[in-house]
Amino acid sequence: MLNLFARRISGAIGLVAALLALAAGQAAAQDITGAGATFPAPIYSSWGEDYAKAGGARLNYQALGSGAGVTQIINRTVDFGASDSPVATERLQKEQLLQFPAVIGAVVVVVNVPGVDGTKIRLTGDLLGEIYVGRVRLWNDAKIVALNPHLKMPGIPISPAYRADSSGTTSIFTKYLASVSPIFKERTGAGNSVAWRTGLGAPGNAGVAAAVKNIKGGIGYVEFAYAAENGMQALQLSNGSGKFVSPSVSGFMDAAAHADWANAKDMAASMLNMPGDTSWPIVSATYILVPRNPKDPARTVRVLKYIDWSFRNGAATADRLHYIMLPPEVQDVVRQQWATLTDRGTPLWPAK
Amino acid sequence: MTTPAAHRPLIGARRMHLGDTTFRISLFAAGALVIIVLFSILAIMFAGGKLAFDTFGLGFITGTEWNPVTQIYGALPAITGTLMTAILALLIAWPIGFGIAFFLTETCPVKLRGPLGVAVELLAAIPSIVYGMWGFFVLAPFMAEYVQPWLTSTFIWIPPIPDTFYWFTAPPIGVGLITASLILAIMILPFIAATTRDVLLSTPQLLKDGAYAMGATRWEALTGVVIPAVRGSLFGAVFLGLGRALGETMAVVFVIGNAIRMPDSLMAPSATIASVVANSFPEAEPGTLDLAVLLALGFILFVVSFGVLAIARLLLRQERMS
Repeated sequence: MLNLFARRISGAIGLVAALLALAAGQAAAQDITGAGATFPAPIYSSWGEDYAKAGGARLNYQALGSGAGVTQIINRTVDFGASDSPVATERLQKEQLLQFPAVIGAVVVVVNVPGVDGTKIRLTGDLLGEIYVGRVRLWNDAKIVALNPHLKMPGIPISPAYRADSSGTTSIFTKYLASVSPIFKERTGAGNSVAWRTGLGAPGNAGVAAAVKNIKGGIGYVEFAYAAENGMQALQLSNGSGKFVSPSVSGFMDAAAHADWANAKDMAASMLNMPGDTSWPIVSATYILVPRNPKDPARTVRVLKYIDWSFRNGAATADRLHYIMLPPEVQDVVRQQWATLTDRGTPLWPAK
Repeated sequence: MTTPAAHRPLIGARRMHLGDTTFRISLFAAGALVIIVLFSILAIMFAGGKLAFDTFGLGFITGTEWNPVTQIYGALPAITGTLMTAILALLIAWPIGFGIAFFLTETCPVKLRGPLGVAVELLAAIPSIVYGMWGFFVLAPFMAEYVQPWLTSTFIWIPPIPDTFYWFTAPPIGVGLITASLILAIMILPFIAATTRDVLLSTPQLLKDGAYAMGATRWEALTGVVIPAVRGSLFGAVFLGLGRALGETMAVVFVIGNAIRMPDSLMAPSATIASVVANSFPEAEPGTLDLAVLLALGFILFVVSFGVLAIARLLLRQERMS
């Protein structure tokens, strides 16, 4: 009896020791740790895999949400944090963080109006705001019909859908609406989650997309990548030049090119409602945060090298996953910012 | 609990005694652990949510505005949604659960009893996320297409409370209070059916035989003898179902419509305490009011569920004592 017991115990200890060894081995192999926003998680991971294949460090990115990413980098439990919305300047200074954009995403508005081709529907940002506060309730509202004389709008209720979970996508969308629609700014405001005045909430991009598909008269906002991969009908919005545009990668690039990167504080240039012939109005960068006073500068350098490699080699992956690369001149501005990181007076970038 | 000497085992009496003590202590520890865990959860919820109670006072419970942007939080919409879905679910599940239980114990052919009982219990084995996805992708479109338009036209005669509540008049969007209540009803059905069946089985056979001997029909025996005999326990069964409906989370998140506003109809999208916490928790940062209000919500849900369970216990015990 005793013998058997002892054998079991030693067996268990052996197993635990083996697991610990395995875990330790893995930790050593994962050279970069990051945590944060879910929106850029697919591209960070893909870039990470390609980078490791190309001989770079291995990336372990945890998509915990922007809030968690900021918290973790403040606590210095990861090498970099990722956030969809830029962190305020005071907070960056207080927590000794450098913020820079990594990749660009767009939000599009999808619809389900029976008998009408959704891609032909035109709305202004102001009108979209009125819809999302419940001021405009029917698809044949005079204001919608006036913008769409070429379409036969049915007299069914508009059912706006939004993200039930706290989300960077909501943040970008509400920032856009608050900037173009006074009534939306007054009644709802902008944030990762807001007090919606009408409509229904569904979990995730998939939930919003399914809600729009299921409900006649539905309207919702999803990431461009999601709409593109699922063949959803995205409507046209007016941009900063008053032109009606359909969402397109070239339109997103146009918006990025019109943004004022040189004067943006902490590189948080707004790309909302940019002017231009094709500029899509709801475009935003997603950000990476690294410590200005790293305990182990080598780890921060690894993060910078990974991003630098991705800037130079990641375009094909970005294209495949429907993300938009930063314009080359903006990438250079980012690299200039890296040069302000120093370790005992020596700049960390360019890295040796 | 002393054993008479004659009944003691002949060998190893001392060791058995020691084992007995150890056994009893570990049983006590197991029991105490439950109490400790329960009260520490309650205490931690309260401590974490204290900031919310301090900031809003009673207004936290009576406020109707839930606004993360302006940082004004009132929990009344979530409390209302929680109670409305749970009670509606109960109203739907109770008669059906009772029917199943009575059928199983009284009129069901013996051959069917086993399979039907297992089928009901299987309903309880389906994970709630599966209910949620089924509700969202199958039930909600069906509700929007057929059930909700029918409800609207059938109950149009109920006078609305102007600007407040319009009963069944709302755009058919599929998700909302009614759909969530239906899903919850299906989820609590097995609990109600199983508990009711056990209660019915516990009715003394003598009573039932007596009723039948007097020439009572099944219906008369049920309403005249069985139900009066176990009334309290039947309510207990229902409250156990209510307790589960109050706290259900994942399934509700999918079908409730997640609108933290006071509902203006029975088909309006709404929110429950559990769904609000599940949706907002991942992005709530430590030390903020955003997290405190969620913990305070958890505390409220805990208290409500505890109250419901306490009532259930009380009713069940009354029965046993009488």
